[in-house]
Amino acid sequence: MTELSDTTRVEQAAEETAQETGRLAVLHTSAGRNLGLVLALVILCVVGVATAGDRFASVDNMMTILRLASVIGVVSIGMTFVITGGGIDLSVGAIVALSSVWCTTLATQQLAEDTHWIMMVSTALLVGVGCGLVNGLLVAYGGVVPFIATLAMLASARGLAEILAQRRTQLVTVNEFADFFRGDLLGVPVLVWIFVAVAAVGWVVFNRTTFGRRTSAVGGNPEAARLAGIDVRRHTLMLYVVVGLCCGIAALMITARTTTGSSTHGGLYELDAIAAVVIGGTLLSGGRGTIVGTVFGVLIFTTLSNVFTQNNLSSSAQSVAKGVIIVLAVLLQQRFANRSTSS
Amino acid sequence: MSARSLPRRRRLQASIVAVATAGLVLTGCTGNTVDNSGDEDRATAVSDNDEAGETVTIGFSGPAADHGWLAAINSSAQEEAEKYEDIDLQVAEGTNDPSQQIAQVETFINNGVDAIVLLPTDGAALTDVAIEAMEAGIPVVNVDREFSSPFAARTTILGDNYGMGVSAGTYACQLIEENNIADPVIAEIAGLDSLPLTQDRSDGFKDALEACDQEVDNRVAAEFTVESGEEQASNLLQAEDHIDIIWNHDDDQGVGVKAAFDNAERDEFFFIGGAGSRNAMDWIRDGEMEATVLYPPTQAADGIRLARLIAQGKGISDLVQVEVPRRIVLNAPVVTADNVEEYYDLGFES
Repeated sequence: MTELSDTTRVEQAAEETAQETGRLAVLHTSAGRNLGLVLALVILCVVGVATAGDRFASVDNMMTILRLASVIGVVSIGMTFVITGGGIDLSVGAIVALSSVWCTTLATQQLAEDTHWIMMVSTALLVGVGCGLVNGLLVAYGGVVPFIATLAMLASARGLAEILAQRRTQLVTVNEFADFFRGDLLGVPVLVWIFVAVAAVGWVVFNRTTFGRRTSAVGGNPEAARLAGIDVRRHTLMLYVVVGLCCGIAALMITARTTTGSSTHGGLYELDAIAAVVIGGTLLSGGRGTIVGTVFGVLIFTTLSNVFTQNNLSSSAQSVAKGVIIVLAVLLQQRFANRSTSS
Repeated sequence: MSARSLPRRRRLQASIVAVATAGLVLTGCTGNTVDNSGDEDRATAVSDNDEAGETVTIGFSGPAADHGWLAAINSSAQEEAEKYEDIDLQVAEGTNDPSQQIAQVETFINNGVDAIVLLPTDGAALTDVAIEAMEAGIPVVNVDREFSSPFAARTTILGDNYGMGVSAGTYACQLIEENNIADPVIAEIAGLDSLPLTQDRSDGFKDALEACDQEVDNRVAAEFTVESGEEQASNLLQAEDHIDIIWNHDDDQGVGVKAAFDNAERDEFFFIGGAGSRNAMDWIRDGEMEATVLYPPTQAADGIRLARLIAQGKGISDLVQVEVPRRIVLNAPVVTADNVEEYYDLGFES
């Protein structure tokens, strides 16, 4: 953001574009656009209460849903940035796996025991950021299309995780680490707090900072953004670093939740995250995104699987329902979006 | 989640030690009530265990049924539960994401089920939530993939993975001797290498081969799926132009392995399988496969029965001990053309 001081004219131009997209973003995140999502979530909850009654409506069950939502939620927040910025990251699941493995290797855990468990945290975050950096460099400066660059990362990060872990499951032996992440704060699990924090920071950055406005600008029309004085390549690089960081955080969460690091963690998270982002209302082609929508998207999927579990239904039926919901939510959104832009 | 209070743990520990001192490790088909799969045998057990008792709610969760063996695990568990009018089975089958499975178990705990039967996607990853269930007073029956802590399960029922490797290795040694194979080339197609059970199988195979001064010359690892079996077997055939004995850990991936053999028109070796699918038994009948080592998919069904007995406070009728044992390990016999008819009905559809 330092290049803002380059020339005032360029800055003004950038600000104008940014403000315009900012206004658009506000318009799009308004209640109207999220109505479809709220509706879907309410319907799911009604179905849950109607079929499972108190078992569904209990506080414990809400926490179960939220804890499950938090890991994939954090990944989805990062994914929202990348997709809005006109990219895509297929490697999120693999980065989660690699980070979880790296922060639970014998060496890391030994280091953590000798110093502080925060070493495990920083290891996971660094690995996430590192992978994001490689993705970003390839896409922004190497000219590799995002789909291919992150596909390559998907394969190699998981492979590296397997090599590091020797395809075994690594147990977390640093109890302080597990105790912290598995604990409660004011009756709400720490995992859920992390998700809330990431979502809140994500929302502020996305909607209230230049970085967020530039993300929409870069995704919407990179050429216009470049002419408006935005360093598109550097910005793109930063977007992949953001999603990498989110993967590092998610890796810590899954590591604590399962008390293990494993190369099999995060399987197909890329698809879950993309699905949540897209039904949330973020355009897959970039330029328009919503953090609130993504949070709803994640909640819809996790509530869905909870309702299915409560009602003794098979996961195959669940997958079918998931597909139907993706289509329905997008159709509903289009309807609401059309109405709000035409009125 | 909940604070792990020491006294609670100690009480749990004490009860576990008490049961463990019973020292009951069953190998093979000891109890009629536990292991038979047909209704007709039940009459032989002198007990009222099968009579309807108080209704118990059992939560069952297993990995996604992405290959025949796991599909058989799920379906046999559900069929078994249906046989008892006093079992209310809650099924949360089908996920390979430990995070998702943890949520399922948490749901069972929230709902206060009477017992949980759990085949974890990864034993270590599900250990903590299983301990939570145990601490909430819900007995957990651990099926097939073991937890990393003895506090996580009331009872563990599993196939003998190491024994499977030993059976396969011993049979391989026998083949080498009977056929006078000098300097045999032995290959192994393992399953998912990240699972401890795969390592156990390989260790057993290696140890048994060592007993007759042999070793594995080439080892590849597939992922229990047909596709991965085909891929890895093709690689293996490329790597070795002559093989004498191949042990494939799993008959589901075996469908792919066999396809690779047929594609390459190779059949100079003795082909030994694992698990015991219907396909494999058919091949053994037709002489296309030498043998397979059993790893029964009925464990989850047995797990359901055990969970019912534990929840109702009953024991296993054919044992003197009044409580259900801590650990039951199933036998891993070798099925060949000589005895295939005997085991045919146990074979599961891939």
